[in-house]
Amino acid sequence: MGTAAVYPRVRMGETLPRSSEAWVAALRAEGAEREQALSDLYALLLRAARFELRRRRAALSHVRGEELEDIATQAADDALLAILAKLDQYRGASRFTTWAYKFALLEAGVKLRRRGWQGREVVLEPDAWSAFADRGASAQQTLERDELLRALAAAMDGVLTPHQRTVFVALALSQVPIDVLAERLQTTRGALYKTLHDARRKLRRELVAAGYLEDQPAKAGEDKR
Amino acid sequence: MSNQDDTRQNPLERLLGPTAPEVGCDECFDRLDEFVELELADFDADAAVPGLRAHLEGCPACREEHDSLLALVAGG
Repeated sequence: MGTAAVYPRVRMGETLPRSSEAWVAALRAEGAEREQALSDLYALLLRAARFELRRRRAALSHVRGEELEDIATQAADDALLAILAKLDQYRGASRFTTWAYKFALLEAGVKLRRRGWQGREVVLEPDAWSAFADRGASAQQTLERDELLRALAAAMDGVLTPHQRTVFVALALSQVPIDVLAERLQTTRGALYKTLHDARRKLRRELVAAGYLEDQPAKAGEDKR
Repeated sequence: MSNQDDTRQNPLERLLGPTAPEVGCDECFDRLDEFVELELADFDADAAVPGLRAHLEGCPACREEHDSLLALVAGG
């Protein structure tokens, strides 16, 4: 069968309607059929990456349009490679296009967060307490907040390891994007979140014991991490 | 969301993240597509993928990716 009759060329940004099974089969095929599927998939990934750029444009107003387009292209390139490497992991729990989109959104999101923090210092010491200043707070509320923050600072000193403290300060207090911190500490997002999770659990336990927080029944449940 | 209510009541709650059991970033990514399609189909995504919603409350990066995928797929 002539490939062109099955997968006629479409304009950039459009993809042919395929079933999920047809997507996987075409990507595993050889020759022109696979080339067409790759082309269609790339168009789909580029569309998703540009979608992400548009969602974040307000936060990236200082970045030139050409650079943003480069980021979208790189995200689509990297997503395509990831998808081809993980094609065997697609189990059909969602439509293939939804599964593929998430790779492009991940790549675009990571690149945009890193671009947004390019040249910015990552604060690893807890001088970010001012983030909790509330201009509308009453004197009593300010006193209560300050007491809570002092209790948190004491708990951080008392129960966290140096690495847990560094990760908690950066991610929770300074709100550094997790991908940015992962790149600077040369680790993975999953490993950092595990550290953050452990730090949070230790701090919560300490603050509950000190009477600053109520115990949460959900903590008794099995953690899925 | 109760988490936002907690944040207004006590700034520690946002810092300390969700109290419910949660998946990690890797499992969140693995199952995000399934979760989003269940949400869009009005199925009980939280029951099908326990712990993912709690993770979205505690991880801003995964939450951004969830919100983007939901919006992209919902828009066709």
